[in-house]
Amino acid sequence: MQSKPKVRFWGSEAANGLLMISPTAIYAILLLAAPLAMIFAYSFMTDGYLKIIPEFQLCNYFGECHSYKDVNGARSVAQTYRGVWSDPLALTLLWRSLVISLVVTATTVLLAFPVAYFVSFYVAPSKKSLWLFLITIPFWTSYLIRVFLWKVILGTGGVINSGLLEIGLISEPITWLLYNANSVVITLAHAYAPFAILPIFVSLEKIDRSFLEAGRDLGESPFMTFWRVTLPLAMPGVVSAVLIVFIPTIGDYVTPNLVGGPEGKMVANLIELNYKKLDNYTLGSALAISSMAIVMAVSLLFLFLNRRFLKGNKR
Amino acid sequence: MKGGWFRGYTIAYLIFLYAPIVLLPIFAFNNSTTVAFPLNGFTTLWFGKLWEDPALHRALSNSLIIGISAAVISTALGVFASRASTRYAFPFKGGLMGLIMLPLVLPDIILAVALLTVLLGIGTPLSLMTVILGHVLVCTPFSIAILSASFQSLDHSLEEAAYDLGETPISAFRLVILPLVLPGIISSLLITFTISLDEFIMAFFLAGNENTLPVYIFGQFRFPQNVPVILALGTILVCLSIALLATAEYFRRRGIAKTGGKDTGGFL
Repeated sequence: MQSKPKVRFWGSEAANGLLMISPTAIYAILLLAAPLAMIFAYSFMTDGYLKIIPEFQLCNYFGECHSYKDVNGARSVAQTYRGVWSDPLALTLLWRSLVISLVVTATTVLLAFPVAYFVSFYVAPSKKSLWLFLITIPFWTSYLIRVFLWKVILGTGGVINSGLLEIGLISEPITWLLYNANSVVITLAHAYAPFAILPIFVSLEKIDRSFLEAGRDLGESPFMTFWRVTLPLAMPGVVSAVLIVFIPTIGDYVTPNLVGGPEGKMVANLIELNYKKLDNYTLGSALAISSMAIVMAVSLLFLFLNRRFLKGNKR
Repeated sequence: MKGGWFRGYTIAYLIFLYAPIVLLPIFAFNNSTTVAFPLNGFTTLWFGKLWEDPALHRALSNSLIIGISAAVISTALGVFASRASTRYAFPFKGGLMGLIMLPLVLPDIILAVALLTVLLGIGTPLSLMTVILGHVLVCTPFSIAILSASFQSLDHSLEEAAYDLGETPISAFRLVILPLVLPGIISSLLITFTISLDEFIMAFFLAGNENTLPVYIFGQFRFPQNVPVILALGTILVCLSIALLATAEYFRRRGIAKTGGKDTGGFL
């Protein structure tokens, strides 16, 4: 065994790795971790006109808050507003965002599972990439225009209604399709489909096919084999599909804005309003932090409920 | 036929996925300002109008500048991170990679307002530059996802052989590793460019007075009479995206074949 001449940090594997990752890591720390920390801090501060007054308080979350303005050097109250958890409007939007993204997640993952199952179990290995490519294409193409087209498809003068009227199936346009939570769910389930299919596909691919044969040889029906062998083994993929759909959908801005109407607005629309039109960064930050806290709580609960499927997968 | 029921379902699902994209060109060529059936005859009028709008041209050139810059920077950052994570063990690896990949799941609006707060806090004026900063953040995780597959399937003995033959780490990277992962890099450049071209929220918050293509499109949605023109623009963009993605997919597969890896399919 030859002894290493110098055992020190520089030149070691750890140092090389850290050095190699440092450009990307520094970028992420400066432009991701620091900004997130900053809006967290802002959510506890006081709103001044076009500036932030660094005075700690909880009123952006609970109770009544004041925005201040400098008038001839003296501070005067410019506006009074309610904190996130004391404001009925904010609570309605948070609750609706949560419900919509739970429904979207359930719909998307349930609809996606058979597709992933088909591609993994029935498609010839050489054709799998092609199928996955076909599934991912719509996801990469002009999100805004896809959402807008759903408005065109679902509207009272839109494709579905004009088509149904033309062939005489309905005599009046259907109005419940657009500008409510339904249209938001349909559009988001469409937008996030590949996000759900791919993780499930990956975990189905990892299943050793001989397990399924063993199940069948031991006298299980195809359905019971699926229920007792395939599904539990596919659960890690299902869990990541759920999280990867649920977390971003709760903060979606474009879909509720374009197809949601007044009944389909979500928390992102209120965040945007506070940041852009109302120029109230402290309340906007508190809203952003609150929605993230809800997402995190639900995700952790979901992971906890599924812990037995995820065991043994830790590396 | 194997998997008959599943095949039928999957095809129905694909129809659902492609419905908006298929309708796009149909109405872009339809000779009517209202987007509804029955169709009213063929026209290329809406495509012609695209040439007459200077605001659109400005937005397009902004989007190209942002897209190319974001693609190059995020792919460069992606090379560092995926090389580090596939080749070395080092402290805080999980935490750092988790942070870098976080934008993949975090809602864009949270990233956008956080970045906006910091940029205004340190007094940076909003410009195309700030949009690039945001887009790099969003694109880097996708770049890493693509590049990790290339670096993962790389055979370490090739690198060691280069060292034994007297190459330095830098020349070994340039002569041995780079050619092998080059298809992955090209694929990453194309995908990140496509993402940046299509990204709306970051640009909406960070562009200041400038427009990017999606911000311009979003503004036009308020004017119903402009809808067919936007659909014409959308048709062109979708064709462009599909061409870019197909090229990216070609390079991704070639890269994996080159390094002797197994294709697990998909970009993610």
